[in-house]
Amino acid sequence: MARNHEALTRIGARTRRRKAASGAAISLGVIALALVIVPSVWIVAQVASKALPHMSWSVITTPGVGLGGGLENEIVGTLLITFGVAVVAGFIGVMSGIYLSQFARGRTASVLRGASEVLAGIPSIVVGYVGYVSMVVAFHWGFSLGAGLITLSVMVVPYIAKTTEVSLRQVPTSYVEGAEALGLNPGQILRTISLRSALPGIVTGLIVALAISVGETAPLLYTAGYSQNLPHLGLTHSPLGYLTYAVWTFYNEPSARAIQLSFDAAFLLIVLVLALITASRIVVTRASRHQESA
Amino acid sequence: MASDLARKTEEPQAPRIFRPTTKSPLGPVKIASAVSSVAPLLALLAILGILVHQALPAVKYNGIGFFVHNVWHPGNFYLQPVTTNGVLHPAQADYGAWAIIVGTVLSSLIALVIALPASLGAALVVSKLLGPRVRNTLGIFLELLAGIPSVVFGLWGTLTIGPLLSRDIYPIVAKHMPDVIILRWFRGSTGAGEGLLTSGIILAAMIIPIIASTSRDLFAQVPKLTEEGAEALGMTRMEVTTKVTLPWVSAGIIGATVLGLARALGETMAVAMVSGSVLGTLPTNIYSTFNTIAATIVTTLDSALIDGTGLAVRTLAEAALVLMLVTLLANVGARLLVRKVSTTALPVGRGV
Repeated sequence: MARNHEALTRIGARTRRRKAASGAAISLGVIALALVIVPSVWIVAQVASKALPHMSWSVITTPGVGLGGGLENEIVGTLLITFGVAVVAGFIGVMSGIYLSQFARGRTASVLRGASEVLAGIPSIVVGYVGYVSMVVAFHWGFSLGAGLITLSVMVVPYIAKTTEVSLRQVPTSYVEGAEALGLNPGQILRTISLRSALPGIVTGLIVALAISVGETAPLLYTAGYSQNLPHLGLTHSPLGYLTYAVWTFYNEPSARAIQLSFDAAFLLIVLVLALITASRIVVTRASRHQESA
Repeated sequence: MASDLARKTEEPQAPRIFRPTTKSPLGPVKIASAVSSVAPLLALLAILGILVHQALPAVKYNGIGFFVHNVWHPGNFYLQPVTTNGVLHPAQADYGAWAIIVGTVLSSLIALVIALPASLGAALVVSKLLGPRVRNTLGIFLELLAGIPSVVFGLWGTLTIGPLLSRDIYPIVAKHMPDVIILRWFRGSTGAGEGLLTSGIILAAMIIPIIASTSRDLFAQVPKLTEEGAEALGMTRMEVTTKVTLPWVSAGIIGATVLGLARALGETMAVAMVSGSVLGTLPTNIYSTFNTIAATIVTTLDSALIDGTGLAVRTLAEAALVLMLVTLLANVGARLLVRKVSTTALPVGRGV
């Protein structure tokens, strides 16, 4: 009897210990959650608080002059490069996703898919270096929009290809079978059934890819170069500015105005990225609402 | 399912009855998409080929010493260039990447030590303790974290968190850390906030999205019944997690961690801004200024262009090649591992 009682209290103590350990683990988990959330909020708040007090239209509407002026040339440059990436990487990426989901199979498919995924993992500066020695130097393009946007496209095509492939694969087989039964040919099925229902996913992937390319610096430094002149549409032989460059050079200058510009550029980058992320979220929610009602 | 879909779209038996035209309407699309899907493979091979071609003279000149000794001396550009091993180079040029290899590995490991528990903890809390609505909210923060440009991380690191840590936190840690192995690294001069530990912290914030979002998706795959069964046997929440949930998805988490490591190894701009950018010296403690391979390439490529013999640029190609091969191996290994044991694919790009 006494022994039994002893055993019971021992178990009781052990249970208490286990419960306490579990509670401690949960609080550690909550701390971990805070560690994930705090940096993102902190960075955004910090950059906004440094940039907003002296933000004015002139920052957006005047090009840079030395360490002062505004960021117009960088803003136009970033938009131009991003637009170029949307066209080049968008076309190649979506096409590649279509091939991987509809036509490729077996070994070919896994080799192509694997190559694309591995390409996305290559450090951005390595891609930038290769862009420099090949396009800028060997092809004699000089620092230019063309070299910059091709280098960036190499980095984001895998992402667009992947999201396109995944969205196309999620199109219900019954849709395709239904279309076949109605006598549509494969081209019509791809255009009107598969691509249409995969569109939200494809667009989301494209938008996120653009958000990535807006924020890249290393691949552009030695391909697009830098210029304080407003960029023009020539693809070669004309370097151009972009927002990430302004952050990267101005923060370290011994001038209050330059550091301000650095934060302004960082703020504009965050606004652009947030706008793109929000856009992709809106596309996703609208698409899912549409699916529910259908 | 994909091959099913592909077969069905390719062999349109029924439509042919209604459409006597034998010309396949998919021809041009198929060709264009096939060409596009080969583009990433070609780009990969081109990058590898160009790097090898660029690096070859540097590999010949620098020899095996490149990996084991620790100098970064472009040579004397005012003297007549010399030819050694058939490679024209500036007199007295001497390159050894030991310090930047060590710096790359150490900063990434620090990042991993911070990011892995933080990501796992956050993903566990969100997917096992909180409801689906909160899960979505964490997704927003992860997307934000993944979307913040690396120069902005660098700006935050060098002007905000670096100075803050080195003023208020590092000195206290350095003072109270005992003088025993490993912990000894936390003692000594704490510097101005630019260094290994600050870089590791910044890198951790940058790789958290990859590890956290993948783990969250993995945890969602663990069958509810198994976990509930474990709980019914009297396990506490923590025991269910460590004995059921984590083992169920461990391979996937290892994969995500390796992918995060690869990203940390290759991260360039943020590290270039918070590393202190010293060349040719090994870190003496965890606060020391240092440099990584990627940051060295980005900060020294323009000055390397001065070298008329091209050796400096080619040496950077050699460094880039080393970095690329390591990240390539990590990527392929992680993806193969995860594909073998799980249906969740690892994220492509920045994660999320």
